[in-house]
Amino acid sequence: MSNAIEAEGLVKRYGETTALDGVDLTVPAGKILGVLGPNGAGKTTAVRILATLLRPDAGTARVGGYDVLRDPVAVRGLIGLTGQYASVDEDLSGRDNLVLIGRLLDMSKADARTRGAELLARFDLSEAADRPVKTYSGGMRRRLDLAASLVGRPRVLYLDEPTTGLDPHSRNEVWDIVRRLADEGVTVLLTTQYLEEADQLADRITVFDHGRVVADGTPGELKRKISGQTLQVRPTNRDDIEIVAKILLDLTGAQPSRDVDSGVLNTPVDDTMLVSAVIKRLDEAGVGVDELGLRLASLDEVFLAITGSKEGARA
Amino acid sequence: MTTAIAVPTTSVGPVKALAHGMVLAGRNLRKTLKSPEQLLDVTIMPLIMLLMFVYLFGGAIGGGDRDAYLQMLLPGMMAQTILFATLGTGVGLCTDITKGVFDRFRSMPIARSAPLFGAVLGDVIRYVASSSILLVFGLILGFDITTDPASAVLAVAMTVAFGLCLCWISAWVGMLVKSPQAVPGVMVAFIMPLGFASNVFVQTNTLPDWLKAFADIQPVSLLAEVNRGLLTGGPVGGPLLGTLAWMAGFVAVFYPLAMVTYRRRMR
Ligand SMILES: Nc1ncnc2c1ncn2[C@@H]1O[C@H](COP(=O)(O)OP(=O)(O)O)[C@@H](O)[C@H]1O
Ligand SMILES: [Mg+2]
Repeated sequence: MSNAIEAEGLVKRYGETTALDGVDLTVPAGKILGVLGPNGAGKTTAVRILATLLRPDAGTARVGGYDVLRDPVAVRGLIGLTGQYASVDEDLSGRDNLVLIGRLLDMSKADARTRGAELLARFDLSEAADRPVKTYSGGMRRRLDLAASLVGRPRVLYLDEPTTGLDPHSRNEVWDIVRRLADEGVTVLLTTQYLEEADQLADRITVFDHGRVVADGTPGELKRKISGQTLQVRPTNRDDIEIVAKILLDLTGAQPSRDVDSGVLNTPVDDTMLVSAVIKRLDEAGVGVDELGLRLASLDEVFLAITGSKEGARA
Repeated sequence: MTTAIAVPTTSVGPVKALAHGMVLAGRNLRKTLKSPEQLLDVTIMPLIMLLMFVYLFGGAIGGGDRDAYLQMLLPGMMAQTILFATLGTGVGLCTDITKGVFDRFRSMPIARSAPLFGAVLGDVIRYVASSSILLVFGLILGFDITTDPASAVLAVAMTVAFGLCLCWISAWVGMLVKSPQAVPGVMVAFIMPLGFASNVFVQTNTLPDWLKAFADIQPVSLLAEVNRGLLTGGPVGGPLLGTLAWMAGFVAVFYPLAMVTYRRRMR
């Protein structure tokens, strides 16, 4: 299978800041790559280079076989971009925005109108089509932004944090749209700060931190690597905390972390069978607990596990 | 090497570039029409200036003959007004490039220069509106077109064309500065001397020699002369040649500067 996006050794500096420090990326045609990373990791910089908006200081990138520096116009003919910040015209209506883009893509007036109406209907914006975009809600704006990047039926789509700031309902709508596009064979590069989002949508995940790729793999591989779950225990009696800590240490082989204020102990687990063993041991020791459960690793914990430092997850 | 290889599209042809520029100009027109209050600065301000100069200073400057002063003032004010109107081009452009929508345009297979052209061409409506409203208001105040309607239309057209050439300075400044609010501050250094050290408000023979030398040959004075000839009779040829030379000069210098700065900023 051929690759729709290939980047090697991308470097971009802004004065003292190194936004990208030698990044490699590959996305096979028709797949979804999730680029996961905290604020300032370099996600937007990478997207802007791949969208021909920014020139890297070093490295090469090809999209659909075309070099982004040598054949930018050919690359632009293949891609659609939904930037991190709304890239639609606030003063124009949703319809006018889409027709304008169709016209810029050399469609006739009639074709541009037809395509615009089609996308408005598909993204559930027909009713608001003739209102200025500044009256749209956040979710509507995002959908219009997505629609705008699809007017030219791109083969490769960049979505830079498409759900940041959206309520859960709107987020689910965007997810559905992305899944449908992938079903139609569009290659998608999606950046996100949420492990869950990357997990839900992506075929592969590349984790960025401080301008570097710190991990790369399928969601399953990554989750295994970071022992995806955390066991949380809160003894009823604060004095029992040492006993519980010892039990957890015995069973997991690692010192659990303690939150002194809430009296909660946390420990990463990779085998969920461990939970019953913990319950059995607590029972034997006669320790009562108010809370005992598994939860998914937070992004903080993901970065802690991958980079070995908490610094990566300042976000 | 004679190996035939497919040449990838590295640039957009001039015909397409023009078409894209027109589409984007259409976008700016549409935006102006949707919020006509944007036209206030290029219409109300000149009207106030006109009233002020005719009724406040006109008596003193024109030696008591307000009507004669209006005949001299109005054609010149058209030139002065268009000069101020070019400010908006730089402000608009700078506003646009700091917004996400410009990123979208640049990620599409259109000519790099199209957004710049679109912004400039889209301002035509502002220029037409400001010159014609000023002329109509002048007529209400008693200005007399002693030539013919066709010449009057020509005067407006000439003024608009002048604005389209001059606005590349503003476009260049709009590319240079970080925020749109900074554009007027820079432009004032250029607009004030051209607007006021001119023959628009006073006869240049009332000026000191060195100032008169400048005021007689600078573009706003020359356009004022052309407009006077077209609206109230008199020689047009000489000042017209001078004006056209200035217009060509502005485009030759500031269009490339604006373009280079734009490309650099957009990288
Ligand atoms: N135009 C710029 N000028 C200076 N620094 C920048 C610029 N753009 C990005 N940076 C810096 O580069 C780093 C990466 O930024 P970015 O790619 O936007 O990260 P992300 O999208 O992952 O949040 C950050 O430290 C950011 O402050
Ligand atoms: Mg970003």
